Amino acid sequence: MPAAPRISAFGYGYLAALLVFIYLPIVIMMAMAFNESSNYELPFRFSLIWFEQLAGNEVLWRAGRNSMLLAAVNTVVATVIGTMAALAFARYKVRGHAFLQVLLVPPMAVPWLILATSMLIFFYYTGIGRGLHAMLLAHVALSLPYVVIVVGARLQSFGVDLEEAAATLGATPLQTFFRVTLPVIAPGVAAAALFAFGISFDQFVTSYFLSPPGVTTLPVEIYASIRKGFTPEINAISTLIIVLSMALLLLVSRFYRFGGR
Amino acid sequence: MGHVEISGVSKRYGDVTALDNVSLSLENGEFFGLLGPSGSGKTTLLRSIAGFVHPDAGRILIDDEDVSRIPTHRRDIGMVFQNYALFPHMSVFENIAFALSVRRHGKAETAERVEAMLRLVQLTGYGGRRPDQLSGGQQQRVALARALVSRPRVLLLDEPLGALDKALRQQMQVELRQIQQEVGITTILVTHDQEEALTLSDRIAIFREGEVVQSGAPDRIYERPRTAFAAEFLGATNFLTGVPSAQEGAVGRIALADGQTIATLDPLPAGPRSSGSVTVTVRPEKFSIHLGARPDFGGATPVNCIRGTIARQIYLGASITYGVSAGGVELVVFEQNREAVLHPPGTEVWLSWNAAHSIVLED
Repeated sequence: MPAAPRISAFGYGYLAALLVFIYLPIVIMMAMAFNESSNYELPFRFSLIWFEQLAGNEVLWRAGRNSMLLAAVNTVVATVIGTMAALAFARYKVRGHAFLQVLLVPPMAVPWLILATSMLIFFYYTGIGRGLHAMLLAHVALSLPYVVIVVGARLQSFGVDLEEAAATLGATPLQTFFRVTLPVIAPGVAAAALFAFGISFDQFVTSYFLSPPGVTTLPVEIYASIRKGFTPEINAISTLIIVLSMALLLLVSRFYRFGGR
Repeated sequence: MGHVEISGVSKRYGDVTALDNVSLSLENGEFFGLLGPSGSGKTTLLRSIAGFVHPDAGRILIDDEDVSRIPTHRRDIGMVFQNYALFPHMSVFENIAFALSVRRHGKAETAERVEAMLRLVQLTGYGGRRPDQLSGGQQQRVALARALVSRPRVLLLDEPLGALDKALRQQMQVELRQIQQEVGITTILVTHDQEEALTLSDRIAIFREGEVVQSGAPDRIYERPRTAFAAEFLGATNFLTGVPSAQEGAVGRIALADGQTIATLDPLPAGPRSSGSVTVTVRPEKFSIHLGARPDFGGATPVNCIRGTIARQIYLGASITYGVSAGGVELVVFEQNREAVLHPPGTEVWLSWNAAHSIVLED
C-alpha cells in the first residue's frame, strides 16, 4: 500500500480552526451550566445550582416529556412507513415511480417555516387543529423523506439476489423480510431512525406554529425562556440534551458501523 | 423425484423474445447444461424454473406437477447464484441451516444435517465463520451446501463457477460433479463456458436467441453438430463450403472453391438449394498432416486428402496449432507433438481425414 500523503501544517491549522469553530461554543455553554454566576461572570466557580433549579422547573420538564414522547413516536412511525416506502421503490414496480421519488424532495428543499405555515392553515381548515397530534403529523411528514432516502441507499447497496436466495430456500416473503432484508439494511434503518428522532426532537418551527397555549416542546419552551430572560438553567438543560444525544449516538454506532458492514 | 418437463415455454420482454417455445425433458438425477451466449435465453429459462420469471406461455412441470402458479418458496428447489448470495449477517452454519429453520426443523436434526452438509462439501469446522472470512471457492461450497440441505427436487446452478479463477474452477467442476452424483439430484446448469458444460453435463442444450438449437449428450453435439452455430459454440471448428458434385452410394462428393473434392458420409441435401452450395464442418483434431507425395490410403474407408500450404503455426508444447490454406479457406489443424517436428510456414502439405468427420450442416 502506498504511504498516505502527509497533511501540511496549514491543513492541520485549518482543521483546528474548524473544530474550534464547531465545538468551542458548546464547550463554553456546558462550562457555564456549572458556573455559579447567573451573568456569565468569571472567575469560574463550580456549582450545581442551575441543575437544582432545573429540577424544580415543572414547565421545562413537561416540555421535555412532550419532546421525548413526540420524538419517540415520530421515530417509530416515520421509520416504519419510510422503510416500507423505500422497499416498495427498490423492489417493486410502482406506478409513477419517478414522479413519487421527485415528490420526496420538496419537504427537504422548501423552508420549514413555509411548510409550517401551510400546515397550520391546512390543519385549521381540516379541523385537525393544533396540539401534539398535529405536531406528530407534521414531524412525520418532515422526517419521512430522509428515512426513505437513507434506507433506499442501503437497499441499493445489495442486490435482489439475497432475497431470491431466501425464496429458493423456502422462506415466505415475510420470513425473507425479517430474517434477510431487515438485518442487512439494519444500519440504514438505524441511521434513518436517528434522523427521524433528531428532526422531531430538534423541531422548532412547526412545533412553535402548532403548539396551543400550555402544550409545548422543549425547543419551543427554551425559546420562550430565552425571550423572557436568559438563565443558565437553559445551559443546564442543553448540557443534559447534549450528553444524552451523544450517549445515544455512541450506543447506536457501537452496534452498527455506519456505511459499511 | 426430480423429473423436470419444460413444454412450449415462451417469454417476451417488449420486442425481445427471451424464450421461444422451448421444450426440454430432464430425467431424474440428470445433470443438464444450458449453454449459450449471453442473452440467448438460458438464464431466463433457469429463472422461470426458479419462479422469478413468469413465462407468457407453456408449462413447467416438476415431478408431473405444474409449478407455473406456485411461488418460489414452495417449489422445493435449490439454487446456487453466480455471486453465491450468501447471507452476510449469518455464520456459515446459519447460512446452511436457513432452509431448515424457515421450515421449523428441530435443533438437533438441523445441527446434524448441517454438519453432514459441511462434511459433504469438505468444510467441517467452518460453521462458525462469517461468509466474508472465506475464500471464493469456500463460499461457493457453502452456497452449494445451503442449496442442498433441504434435499430439494431440483438444483439450479446459475454460472456457479464464473467468479473463480481457472485452476480453482477446474477443481470445483470435479467436486461439483462428484457431489451431484453422490446426492443424485436433478441439476440444471447455466453457463456460457463450453468446457464447463462438457465437463459437467450428461446432456446439453445449446441456446440461441431464445431457441434451443440442439440438445443431446455432449459428445453427440460435439461430433455431430447440426448447425454452424452449434459447431462453433462447442469447441473450435472449420467450415468448408462447396457444391455437391456426386453421390456414390453412401459417399457424397463436394467440390471446393479451389477445385479439390472432399467426401462425406452424411447425406447431401436432396434437390437444389437456393444457393446450391453446402457447408461442411471438420474439427481441427480430425486432420492428419502429411509431407511429400500424396499418401496412399488404399483401404475401404473413404478418406479425404487435400493439398494445402502451412500459413502459420502456434507452438503449444503438447500440441501444435497450424493454420493451413486449403480449399479456398484457412483451416485450423491441431497436431499432437509426437515427433517434435515443426512445419514452417510455406510448407506444402497433404491434409487427410476420415470422411465420417465431414459433417454436413443444415444451414
